[in-house]
Amino acid sequence: MCGIAGLYTKSATLHEHLGRHLAAMLEQLSDRGPDSAGVAFYRDPAPAGWCKVSLHSPSAAADWEALRVELEVEFGEVAPPRVRATHAVFSIATEAEAAEAWLFERHPELTLMSAGCSIEIYKEAGLPERFVERFALREIAGSHALGHTRMATESRVTTEHSHPFSTGLDLCLVHNGSLSNHNRLRRLLAREGIRFQTDNDSEVAAGYLTWRLREGASLEQALEGCLEDLDGFYTFAIGTADGFAVLRDPIACKPAVMAETDEWVAMASEYRAIAVLPGAEDAVSWEPAPGQVYSWGTASLVA
Amino acid sequence: MATPEVIREAVRSFDLAVDSVRELNQALHRDLDGGRVVVRNPGGGHAVAVGLDAPFEVEIEGHVGYYCAGMNKLATVRVRGNCGVGVAENMMSGVVVVEGSASQSAGASARGGLLVIHGDASARCGISLKGADIVVRGSIGHMGAFMAQKGALVVCGDAGESLGDSLYEARLYVRGSVAGLGADCVEKEMRREHAEQVRELLARAEVDDVDASEFRRYGSARRLYNFHVDNLGSY
Repeated sequence: MCGIAGLYTKSATLHEHLGRHLAAMLEQLSDRGPDSAGVAFYRDPAPAGWCKVSLHSPSAAADWEALRVELEVEFGEVAPPRVRATHAVFSIATEAEAAEAWLFERHPELTLMSAGCSIEIYKEAGLPERFVERFALREIAGSHALGHTRMATESRVTTEHSHPFSTGLDLCLVHNGSLSNHNRLRRLLAREGIRFQTDNDSEVAAGYLTWRLREGASLEQALEGCLEDLDGFYTFAIGTADGFAVLRDPIACKPAVMAETDEWVAMASEYRAIAVLPGAEDAVSWEPAPGQVYSWGTASLVA
Repeated sequence: MATPEVIREAVRSFDLAVDSVRELNQALHRDLDGGRVVVRNPGGGHAVAVGLDAPFEVEIEGHVGYYCAGMNKLATVRVRGNCGVGVAENMMSGVVVVEGSASQSAGASARGGLLVIHGDASARCGISLKGADIVVRGSIGHMGAFMAQKGALVVCGDAGESLGDSLYEARLYVRGSVAGLGADCVEKEMRREHAEQVRELLARAEVDDVDASEFRRYGSARRLYNFHVDNLGSY
């Protein structure tokens, strides 16, 4: 069992409170996943020619300023890092791929949580309520966000094994369920150049989407491909730079409920995580059908 | 906990924004022996009004989470909203009415009573049904009445894939299309007693805009389990 949540705003008036609302959703889903928690926020797009990366350091004494100086030497301009608990987000005057390659080579002790134009990922082992406080989640503004509370079944409980998983620029995925053909698929995708950082099954689903998108599929087509190529149980919520999508496996093993108002679209594992949103009592709510892709925003715009 | 003053009133009311589900359920189990109870702000909470064993009339004003009215006996529970997984699971008797839609496994293993869903029900509606009756005004998802043993499932809309898979002696009536029948489920002749059963269930469910003659009947081909006509009385 895990809990997943997604909140996509349709009106800018909600942006400033996005973190507060997602935090409320995660707290409701805490019982479904007390092992770890994580979020992806889409916010503050980097200017043209710049990229944004989210990094995690296992060391409490991480010297983010020293890293900034190194990045500056390599890439010219770097904005001061925004540090949140064990994570830091850097905006760098280079292409995301270049920053990723440099970080993987020079700083293998850091985990690259996400890279792209607007995505930021924060995740940590431990109780979701504690995560919400420690990362001051309620302060974070943005246009849309995904969240996850994990009850581990397929791999270890560590920060790296927590969701969301991002394997491509601005793309991320949260998963409730378990996949049974992930080892074979991981080997196949690795040969195609997709980089995996863990042995987790859900990361393979994220990698599968990245691969399909790279090969020219729209997000919708990539998700339809999941129905053919992934074996197992899943409810997915997927974020892109300005899109949001939901997919359940054809047997609908894992729960999902959606709701929509003029202001927002939300999905969650259970309705109680939607009931805490403003205007939920008047929202149109429904259970997403199995094997059907639901998407909002520009679903195919991944860089 | 509701105060004794509240309990003495003709209509007892609980606000789940303030009272816990446990306080509500304990009052229904210990302090009250029937009567009208209104529950406000359910907020998608789980296990609302479960295990009732007295002739209550419970009205829930909003959406509930999992297992609402589970194990219900004697009570009438009305949900003015949607229900999560397993509404009226293991119901023994009484009536549960959902004015919105229901999630998966509605009426699972229910042995008696009537479950009415005015909206749609999703997957596995009436799974392992053991004698209760279910009326769905809308449509149902896949694997409806999976391994259902006894009772009736009346669907005024359409049914999803694998209807009645591994069915025993439950009767299935569908007015709309059936995406596919499960293993050992076949269409059967709609005789007069069947139309009469549908008519009676629609009337009890207060569904008055649907004609019983428009339904088709599905049941077990009895090739998957050891049915013998001499044992009919045991079902």
